[in-house]
Amino acid sequence: MRRKPSWTALEKAAGERILIIDGAMGTMIQRYKLGEHHYRGERFADHSKDIKGNNDLLVLTQPAIIEEIHGQYLEAGADIIETNTFNAQRISLADYHMEELGYEMNVAAAKLARRAADAWTKKTPDKPRFVAGAVGPTNRTASISPDVNNPGYRNVNFEELRDAYKEQVRGLIDGGADIILIETIFDTLNAKAAGFATLEVFEEKDLELPVMISGTITDRSGRTLSGQTAEAFWYSMRHLRPFSIGLNCALGAELMRPYIAELSHVADVRISAYPNAGLPNAMGEYDETPHDMACKIEPWLADGLINVVGGCCGSTPDHIAHIASHAKGYKPRAITKAEPRLRLSGLEPFVHG
Amino acid sequence: MTAANAAQSFINVGERTNVTGSAKFRKLIEQNDYAGALAVARQQVESGAQVIDVNMDEGLLDSEKAMETFLNLIASEPDISRVPIMIDSSKWSVIEAGLKCVQGKPIVNSISLKEGEGPFLEHARKVLRYGAAVVVMAFDEEGQADTVERKVSICERAYKILTEKIGFPPEDIIFDPNIFAVATGIEEHNGYGIAFIEAARQIKQKLPLTHISGGVSNLSFAFRGNEPVRQAMHSVFLYHAIQAGMDMGIVNAGQLTVYDDIPAELRELCEDVILNRRPDATDRLLEAAPKFKGEGGAKAKEKDLSWRERPVEDRLTHALVHGITDFIEVDTEEARSKAEKPLHVIEGPLMAGMNVVGDLFGAGKMFLPQVVKSARVMKQAVAYLQPYLEAEKKASGLEAKPAAGKILMATVKGDVHDIGKNIVGVVLQCNNYEVIDLGVMVPSAKILETAKREKVDMIGLSGLITPSLDEMCFVAAEMEREGFSVPLLIGGATTSKVHTAVKINPNYNRGQAVYVLDASRAVGVVSNLLSDTEKAPFIQNIKSEYAKVREAHLANEARKQRITLKAARDNKFKIDWRTFQPAKPSFLGTRTFADYSLGSLVPYIDWTPFFQTWELTGRYPQILTDNKVGAEAKKLFDDAQALLKRIVAEKWVKASAVVGFWPANSIGDDIALYEDDRRGTQVATLHTLRQQIARDPSRDRAHTALADFIAPKDTGVPDYIGGFAVTTGLGEEEAIERHVKKTDDYTRIMAKALCDRLAEAFAEAMHEKVRKELWGYVKGEKLSSTDLILEKYQGIRPAPGYPAQPDHTEKSTLWKLMDVEQQTGITLTESYAMWPGSAVSGLYFANPESHYFGVGKVERDQVEDYAARKGWTVEEAERWLAPVLNYERARSVNAAA
Repeated sequence: MRRKPSWTALEKAAGERILIIDGAMGTMIQRYKLGEHHYRGERFADHSKDIKGNNDLLVLTQPAIIEEIHGQYLEAGADIIETNTFNAQRISLADYHMEELGYEMNVAAAKLARRAADAWTKKTPDKPRFVAGAVGPTNRTASISPDVNNPGYRNVNFEELRDAYKEQVRGLIDGGADIILIETIFDTLNAKAAGFATLEVFEEKDLELPVMISGTITDRSGRTLSGQTAEAFWYSMRHLRPFSIGLNCALGAELMRPYIAELSHVADVRISAYPNAGLPNAMGEYDETPHDMACKIEPWLADGLINVVGGCCGSTPDHIAHIASHAKGYKPRAITKAEPRLRLSGLEPFVHG
Repeated sequence: MTAANAAQSFINVGERTNVTGSAKFRKLIEQNDYAGALAVARQQVESGAQVIDVNMDEGLLDSEKAMETFLNLIASEPDISRVPIMIDSSKWSVIEAGLKCVQGKPIVNSISLKEGEGPFLEHARKVLRYGAAVVVMAFDEEGQADTVERKVSICERAYKILTEKIGFPPEDIIFDPNIFAVATGIEEHNGYGIAFIEAARQIKQKLPLTHISGGVSNLSFAFRGNEPVRQAMHSVFLYHAIQAGMDMGIVNAGQLTVYDDIPAELRELCEDVILNRRPDATDRLLEAAPKFKGEGGAKAKEKDLSWRERPVEDRLTHALVHGITDFIEVDTEEARSKAEKPLHVIEGPLMAGMNVVGDLFGAGKMFLPQVVKSARVMKQAVAYLQPYLEAEKKASGLEAKPAAGKILMATVKGDVHDIGKNIVGVVLQCNNYEVIDLGVMVPSAKILETAKREKVDMIGLSGLITPSLDEMCFVAAEMEREGFSVPLLIGGATTSKVHTAVKINPNYNRGQAVYVLDASRAVGVVSNLLSDTEKAPFIQNIKSEYAKVREAHLANEARKQRITLKAARDNKFKIDWRTFQPAKPSFLGTRTFADYSLGSLVPYIDWTPFFQTWELTGRYPQILTDNKVGAEAKKLFDDAQALLKRIVAEKWVKASAVVGFWPANSIGDDIALYEDDRRGTQVATLHTLRQQIARDPSRDRAHTALADFIAPKDTGVPDYIGGFAVTTGLGEEEAIERHVKKTDDYTRIMAKALCDRLAEAFAEAMHEKVRKELWGYVKGEKLSSTDLILEKYQGIRPAPGYPAQPDHTEKSTLWKLMDVEQQTGITLTESYAMWPGSAVSGLYFANPESHYFGVGKVERDQVEDYAARKGWTVEEAERWLAPVLNYERARSVNAAA
């Protein structure tokens, strides 16, 4: 299969330094204090449903704002920026009666990010910039019943997820993304459907992109929302032979550390981490300062656990700039070789051989 | 920190959440008791299963749905779902349904080269994409591997394909080189244990990083019921297999005996068997096995004849239960000499013995072939007493005590099939009912006349072909008209509870029609119907049950929408005739094969239906080692082999066949047959019926008729069609009379069943000859007998009266065309059943796209069209197509006579 040409440059960069991934998009959008009419723009002025909060739609109605945010993160030193497509597939978009916009939004979002990244690659040719097409978890779960009285019930199944994700991945690739980033995974079965869809689209287009995978450990139990430990989660996703595996969201850097270490111990691919800027305060705001956050992340880098680092909820270009400057002095984690063993998982890992 | 359980040398895969391996689990699933099913899974994990095997392969289950439901429920139980799942099915669709429900990394069990490299690769790619490890069975296009060489070479081939073509990680490949039962008494099976172990050793050496697994319980099927011996065999086997490299096994977690704890003697006996160390290993283990069971065992008693020392009453019971005729006359005489009257022997010890048989049969502890053997013993005893009974009757001037009840049985007019009816008759006689058997093709008038004269308590009707269903309705209506009120029992292959409730029973309001599923139910039904106290509630139950069945049926029918004949025709099965080049048969017209070699047919026999005849369910050859019925199946099979040898060697029957080929083209839904290749003179028209079921439009499936498989006239393609009729029943009745004792029902029924099988085998053999030689459209075909049974060849041979063409009357066209009656001696009854019954007829289609299908129910528009084409009135068409009408026809049952 053909490989996306930018893959080689990405491999090269990852071999030389710890790569910086950008920070929160939602946090930045909030700063613009947009109203319903901003979200609607001209095109959706008459849309039947309120759409304020449909941040992903802004790539169509306020593209300049999104491109500006991408520019700020690139300026802060991000090697990889994420497309504004966290919820841009038909399952999540159904909340806004916008199921049919899935493909179009992903193409537009990837194009915006592409343009911003290319502009900076031109400015700093020794530091090429990459666009990661962001594939979120959707607002439904394939392994958890929404009805406590009926544990066998599901409000979404593998096929529905796969089909929705295929549309999204097609859009991201057609818009020019360099990477597919399956992120904020709280139900591994959803992510497996996303991975399945991604491989199918690669085959369809005879074009392969690097895949990054990032799960979410929800609390100190050390498990995903659907109950898997970090190691079990890795064995569930390993067949995608990803560029990197890692964690993001839910936890700040302090609490995330043991699970990053767990992954780093077992995974024979690169490790990524982009924690939240601490935990939300009583007002739901993240108040970890850029300096604090960078200092909490620094020991990971010193211990050689990390290949790709950045921020999630609450982080800003300022946070990313601090993290980038702290990361400069450290070498990326050397990829370990895993013994070839039968590695299975349920909620927990099972290794044999 | 990480919970990885390294240093595991052997993985226990829990086997109990498997509907094919655990009757308990199957029942829970069938009854939708998923809470109970989850408890089984939890118990497995708690007792040490590191992976749980989930299997839902049961014919009557919606296996995909059951897999999905169960796995979704497991996902909500953290104490179960913490371990990986093994998704186990022989059907890919079930496996895929399972893969879509599991967030962890599971094992797929299994894929194989059974259907060739294409499907194997396709499934392996999907497995990779869903993120699972995989069990690969040592099974290829030729079948399941049983020798070391085949096991290893298939695994090597699979390994090469998986690793080289799609980069499957070798550490995720688990080979299952097939654990088969040993010590079955069949000599070829003796090497199965060591073959697995040796194959495991070689595979581990040759194919690095891979794993070896197997279903361990299979090994010891011959010792069902003797758990200590089974566990010992498993432990000994695992001890050696693990040393050879086996590192995973599907076992009853937590039930393995420790190798060293096995008594030395037993361990050595097991080792002899598993490692095939001495030729008498099986016999020695068999002999010793009962003493390890803790309570003796039937086999030992039989051998040491200690039962001969017990009182005569016990000896009679023992002989009846075990079907032993060796001493029956001696014992009967001894009982007679002790008894006051000869009748007391029957009423006393013999009936007591038969009651034991009945109880064991009812409890599922004896199987039908054993019961029929018991009947043989009973009949022999009664025959011995007969002269004494006569003498006594004369002396006292009294009639013998009447039987428990009198039952008239008959296969209805137009039908000749009676094996099932005979079995039911024997079972009823065993239970002291008097059976009046009127035989086959019995007209209604004769049934009713005899019933009146004999004052029977009940009438039982049997039939196999579909027109018999209508005849049964007619008999029921006649019983109503003549004022009968005795119960009417309905049985036979095409009958059903639904048909009895919906079609037969409404004709007979004075009495009650009762469907009897099989022989094992017959006694229960009859005894209830003859009981003074039980009869009323029993009938009341049936009435309300049938009312429900009728309602459900009507509701169901309403859902079964049909489309118009025109729409169905517009969506016919399409074949690209431009690229099709029909093969020309080696001759046109007919050819007769008189006195065909019987011996040459034996390898073509499909044994699975033979076991069904005896109500033993399971596929051959696996049935011989089946957990539950294996031992009986094996005995039955051995008896059948012996009798088959006699039938062939002594030429009990004659095999005859006629085959014909004609130039043919389809015209609409009909097929025109021509005299010769000029296609000027039409010699016959074959009529076909088209599917009309309304389908989900998103599924692109045609509405097929057999005519679609023949090139339409307007294509100008010179197509052909073939026909055949074969029989192995000539001389059957006479031979049975000549060779088998009247009292020996077991052998009589067996002989008939074998002739039936031979006829099917003849059809199979002739079809092969047609493909390779007579028509010759696939000259190089090489298929094993399993493939033949699985119909893996090109072309089909549908029979009139079966799903692809439900109209039996089409046979008459064939009969005329091929002069079947003169050429083979097979005649047609008025219901178009063939006589003798051991006969098969049908059409040959050669097109590679031709396939079997079911026409299903048809609508009135097609019936009218069909009637016009056949030159029938609509009423005639409705009568012959009654079983497939999608509507209620006007009540014309009486007119049908």
